[in-house]
Amino acid sequence: MLTIENLHATVDGKPILNGLDLAVNAGEVHAVMGPNGSGKSTLAYVIAGREGYEVTAGSVTYRGADLLAMSIEERALSGVFLAFQYPVEIPGVGSATFLKTAVNAVRKHRGEKEYDAMEFLKLVKEKRTALGIDDGMMRRALNVGFSGGEKKRNEMLQMALLEPALAVLDETDSGLDIDALKVVASGINALRGPERSMLVITHYQRLLDHVVPDRVHVLAGGRIVRSGGRELALELEKSGYAGLGLEPSAAA
Amino acid sequence: MPGPRTIPFDYPAPGAGPAVALPGAGTPWLDALRADARGLSANGLPGTRMEAWKYTSLAPLAELDFSPPPAHEAEASESADPFDAVAGPCAVFVNGRFSAARSRLDSLPAGLRVTGLAQALADDPAGVEGLIGGTGALNGEPLAAFNAAFAADGCIVETAEGVEIEEPLRLRFAASPGVAPLAWHPRVVVRLGAGSRLTLVEGHDGPAGAATWSNPLADIALGGDATLSHVKLQVEGPDAYHTALTRAALAGGARYESHLLALGARLARHEIHVRLEGEGAACWLGGGYMARGSQHVDNTTVIDHAVPNCESREVYKGVLDDTARGVFQGKIIVRKDAQKTDGHQLNRTLLLSRKAEIDTKPELEIYADDVKCSHGATAGEPEAEQLFYLRSRGLDHRTALALIVEGFMCDMMEEVPHEGVRAVLIERVAAWIDGGGCP
Repeated sequence: MLTIENLHATVDGKPILNGLDLAVNAGEVHAVMGPNGSGKSTLAYVIAGREGYEVTAGSVTYRGADLLAMSIEERALSGVFLAFQYPVEIPGVGSATFLKTAVNAVRKHRGEKEYDAMEFLKLVKEKRTALGIDDGMMRRALNVGFSGGEKKRNEMLQMALLEPALAVLDETDSGLDIDALKVVASGINALRGPERSMLVITHYQRLLDHVVPDRVHVLAGGRIVRSGGRELALELEKSGYAGLGLEPSAAA
Repeated sequence: MPGPRTIPFDYPAPGAGPAVALPGAGTPWLDALRADARGLSANGLPGTRMEAWKYTSLAPLAELDFSPPPAHEAEASESADPFDAVAGPCAVFVNGRFSAARSRLDSLPAGLRVTGLAQALADDPAGVEGLIGGTGALNGEPLAAFNAAFAADGCIVETAEGVEIEEPLRLRFAASPGVAPLAWHPRVVVRLGAGSRLTLVEGHDGPAGAATWSNPLADIALGGDATLSHVKLQVEGPDAYHTALTRAALAGGARYESHLLALGARLARHEIHVRLEGEGAACWLGGGYMARGSQHVDNTTVIDHAVPNCESREVYKGVLDDTARGVFQGKIIVRKDAQKTDGHQLNRTLLLSRKAEIDTKPELEIYADDVKCSHGATAGEPEAEQLFYLRSRGLDHRTALALIVEGFMCDMMEEVPHEGVRAVLIERVAAWIDGGGCP
């Protein structure tokens, strides 16, 4: 599904990723953990194609294609989804309008029939109810005035509606209380499937109690420094990044 | 290099033919007013050396030979009525002249009176004297002088005390360009009785064609606790010049709301003066402007807090593309006695092109010491972060930008209380984004 080889990337000329290798097969959920400043969000943005994140070496291959050659929207249309750590507020743009526009853009690209208003309303109702999102939120402007938890649930709603092949979740657990975390986790689990891969980026392992990963990678200094099974996350929880010999300051 | 203080301007253009007789001619006070105003207008158009006209040059207007439209109703091309879908009474003006045949004023709600100005001047000139003011009101207002000297028609809107008029009253000013440049100067007078409420929807529309110059002047007086919601849509054609001055005076507890959507004309200036004259009066000035090509759109406002305990809110938002130019001048005056004034002003502009330009000039003149006043201005490209977010959901750049622009503008339009009117404005914004919205 996703193969990253020797990825080097800079932001404002400053090297952040320094030879990152990572491979995720279809149906797998991988966790990427690491101290602050290790390059976790940069990895997410490079995959999504954000401007200002310059790849200086290496490759990212998605379903056999050169992901880095694709525009932001081409990536999204072909099934890449980034759940933002800080979802962006867009004043005046109704949440429901935005969702319908996005979902129909993706469906059109896939050669599927676009939803009409009624069909879409029904679908959204089903998905948002599972995530504990009320109708009032759908009538507000996109992310404007949403609480941290509402924003994250809204990201999960978008993921559920867009049905991506590769979902990158950037610190989706940050800022959530334990109840909201469970709701979001069950939303993620509901989307796990043999054709869908996920990259769960997180600082803490608590999300991984609920979303059990197939592989865990530790990112430090812009490289994967250790990979393992689920137990690696538990080990990190116990001993911290310092226990792995990775002082946050040294890693940054 | 400072521009001229005044721009020489012969109006009506020499050789335009015999002058059209103005209504009420022969009434001494009116003849005197017109003679004075004509004297002032002979000074020419305001130049960019005048502070209030620093960013808007009327030089292109002065290069054209304008004359008043012929007395008979024009038969030439027109654009569609933008508020066609809005029910209720409607006064229609073609090239500034009231058209009884095309107006819908036969079943006005009780307590609302709408009179054509030419008719009123013919029937009862003495009754109009107190309404259209003396020469003093023209000082420092060069274009108001043209209006006072040359207004051939207009209308008077009055409400009785305490009435609440549900349906909006529409004033449609349709331009019908001729073969040569035409100019008109409609005068509108609005008097709201104490405690009454009215929604006034002013539309200016016109097709492409020969140049037109529309120079309306509106004088609004709100009685105690009266509320006027004043919506204005300006969608005249690409060869139109539009210079409007609206003056509102508010008695205690009155509320004036102005909602503007300015899309049309080659050059348009929307100038609003609000005077808060009674305690507890409040005003909301909301303006949206969208311009492209080489359009020029100017919003100039003066809010005068003359007494204590009044509130003013002002938000102007716009979108400029290509080489379009926007101007926002917002002056707030707080007089010495106007303690506890609460006044806020904001101007935000999205620039879609590097060659688009906005000149924004807030001016706070505060003579009282216990007041809350603020102003703010932003101008720039749409936020890269917003574009990235939307594109990361599969929207192409164009669609993402359209959503952001529409959201930015419709946020303003949501302030319009009347649902049907609001829907028309939102549709216009969407049409502009699609590349149309204006003839």
